[in-house]
Amino acid sequence: MYKYDEYDQQMVDTRVAEFRDQVRRRLAGDLTEDQFKPLRLQNGLYLQLHAYMLRVAVPYGTLNSAQMTLLGDIADKYDRGYGHFTTRQNIQYNWIKLEDTPDILAELAKVEMHAIQTSGNCIRNISSDQFAGAAAEEIVDPRPYAELLRQWSSFHPEFLVLPRKFKIAVIASETDRAAMRLHDIGIKMVKNDAGEIGAQFYAGGGMGRTPMIAPLIREFVPLDQLITFSEACLRVYNRYGRRDNKYKARIKILVHELGRDEYVRQVEEEFAHLLTQPIEPPLAELERIKAHFVDPGFDANASDDLDLTDPDFRLWVERNTHAHKQAGYVIATVSLKPIGGIPGDATADQIRLMAKLAKDYSFDELRVTHAQNIVFPHVKKADLYTVWKALDEAGLSTANLDTVGDIIACPGLDYCSLANARSIPVAQKISERFGSAERQAEIGELKLKISGCINACGHHHAGHIGILGVDKKGLENYQLLLGGSEGADTSLGQITGPGFTEDGVVDAIEKATEVYLANKEGEERFLDTYRRIGMAPFKEAIYG
Amino acid sequence: MVDVQFRFREDEAVNDPAVTVDAFSQQTNATAVRIEPGDDARDLLPHLDRLALVEVSFPAWTDGRGYSSARILREAGYAGEMRAVGDLVIDMLSHLRRCGFDAFAPEKALNEEDARNAFDRWDNVYQATVVDGRQAIWAKRHPA
Amino acid sequence: MKILTGNDLKTGAVIWWTGVGWSLDVNESADVGEHGAALVAREEGAQKVVAAYVVDGEKTGEGIRPAHIKERIRALGPTVRLDLTLKPSDPAAADWVI
Repeated sequence: MYKYDEYDQQMVDTRVAEFRDQVRRRLAGDLTEDQFKPLRLQNGLYLQLHAYMLRVAVPYGTLNSAQMTLLGDIADKYDRGYGHFTTRQNIQYNWIKLEDTPDILAELAKVEMHAIQTSGNCIRNISSDQFAGAAAEEIVDPRPYAELLRQWSSFHPEFLVLPRKFKIAVIASETDRAAMRLHDIGIKMVKNDAGEIGAQFYAGGGMGRTPMIAPLIREFVPLDQLITFSEACLRVYNRYGRRDNKYKARIKILVHELGRDEYVRQVEEEFAHLLTQPIEPPLAELERIKAHFVDPGFDANASDDLDLTDPDFRLWVERNTHAHKQAGYVIATVSLKPIGGIPGDATADQIRLMAKLAKDYSFDELRVTHAQNIVFPHVKKADLYTVWKALDEAGLSTANLDTVGDIIACPGLDYCSLANARSIPVAQKISERFGSAERQAEIGELKLKISGCINACGHHHAGHIGILGVDKKGLENYQLLLGGSEGADTSLGQITGPGFTEDGVVDAIEKATEVYLANKEGEERFLDTYRRIGMAPFKEAIYG
Repeated sequence: MVDVQFRFREDEAVNDPAVTVDAFSQQTNATAVRIEPGDDARDLLPHLDRLALVEVSFPAWTDGRGYSSARILREAGYAGEMRAVGDLVIDMLSHLRRCGFDAFAPEKALNEEDARNAFDRWDNVYQATVVDGRQAIWAKRHPA
Repeated sequence: MKILTGNDLKTGAVIWWTGVGWSLDVNESADVGEHGAALVAREEGAQKVVAAYVVDGEKTGEGIRPAHIKERIRALGPTVRLDLTLKPSDPAAADWVI
């Protein structure tokens, strides 16, 4: 994975010093809260319902065991013994003291980590495929391109005060594991007819109040124009994105209001101009970065045999592992969704244990997934049982990936000052009702996503089943959506009808799964059946 | 009129009254213009030869359109004073400079020492904006 | 009654205005009447509190109950981690917020 050179290290060290100075000025009263807020947000520091919250960047979701260990140590030393992994592959801490933050950032900088641009109206942490570099079917490893974009977007002077936040995802597989088209810019690395690698650009996707799927804006951007083209996309947005209404300020509204063709025309015009400016790093820089992402030293003779006599292990292998490009290895996902647990939370001890297992059995590498789980990207099949045993002892062996128990949930009203309703208790009730191995096996793949408000941090629009918490005259109320998806077949969920109480929405999901099971043909997933038979039978069962 | 607190130019300051972008194209004797966030800086491109002062207005520092306006004019070859005016904050000074600003007239004077520290904060930069004349980190990594 | 809440500037902790200072306990809240805005300005200006705001509350037999669930969760802590709330040993504490 990427390793900082002296320049990268100096950039994060300088940021720590800058933030320390900002905190000093805030505490001295030289900065008012109104002035300080946009500055602290650009460093991932929020003021939440109960305390300050610090969001630490995990660039494109990749980290090593020293970094992961420190994340656990920070949870113990500065927080309350746990952290929360987010849908943008980051980690956040819920109980941070303002006066501690400069020291936390200084500790992070020592292991090449930071909280730069994890919030604020700027280009956020760049997300990617959690199986990058390990997946059997990828065209290239997308992370070098994400790293090139990370450096370009860090402290980009023209794009630090955009109309609104800006999220970029980079993938390089047909299978989209990063919800690429639900980003402000989605980039898919592709190979053209001449066999050259380039970038396909999508722009104007997003969730939130007005969910939109990003249209394709360019088939192929050559690698030596990647930064220049990105800069053109951003400049058009910075100049013309709406600033009169924060709910209409995302690029998706600009692309929608201009129309995709007019946005493309403006970007191409700006791109043609920017090509006259020497702003593009040389390909040698991309090569330098790529050298950090070469394959680890796989054992070419690793055995493909796996002893599956332990039934619990077998279930976990079937549910939570994926094919690796290297024979004798697998990609293993650790579910942070124990039955009745809090989606995405891990204790300091669990975080450190995962770090140690990655060091011993996954070439020192871990990934954070947008579904709030952790991945060991390169585990030898011969080591898999040992890894599973250790996870099992730590309460980390839940075998439920992509099933009804593997719920994405935002922190909701238990933690978030923007939320209208709690998300976590709903997730807990659902996983308790449907989480047994038998029910899970019966229902199969079902992606369930819960947001506690319209901002959609829990991706409810993209869930096969989505739940949106709203405030109904001071009471928590939950709307149900069906038919969303975030993969290559991205679609947006439709609301079933009137909302429910917390228990009511769990009952409604039960009815929806009954409709699915009664109508399922062959190997259909919930989503496939829904797409085939439509909303009506579900509505009838739920409200009839 | 707000005072210029920081200026990074050797030449004599121009203090002609700045007119709006609309007025500038009409008044053929005007030499100073004031760009508001909603103005298109490219409207000035036909008139660069008579421009001696560009003021870019920041009614609120969180509106970043002025960064693009400044850089666009510099990219087109404008070499006169580029003055940031309005709600300027210490923490954005170095980024303004990187987009081509070389004079700063904050509506409320900034703490002198904090501002100087902010201007000098970043020894290195990740991007080439070209208009600030600075070499990006990638260029230092791969000397020609 | 009108009660005033905010977060401690340095620690971020949820605090309630008692009439003379700030407390972690909502039950110590004072009725600020019409003085909320002036208190917010003064206390924020003195770097003691951040993001302060006035909400409706009600005096009940059990103490002071904010009118909206959001402030009741602020007053208690996360209902899904009762061990981290102000009532870690009361298993029914979360019922109070509903």
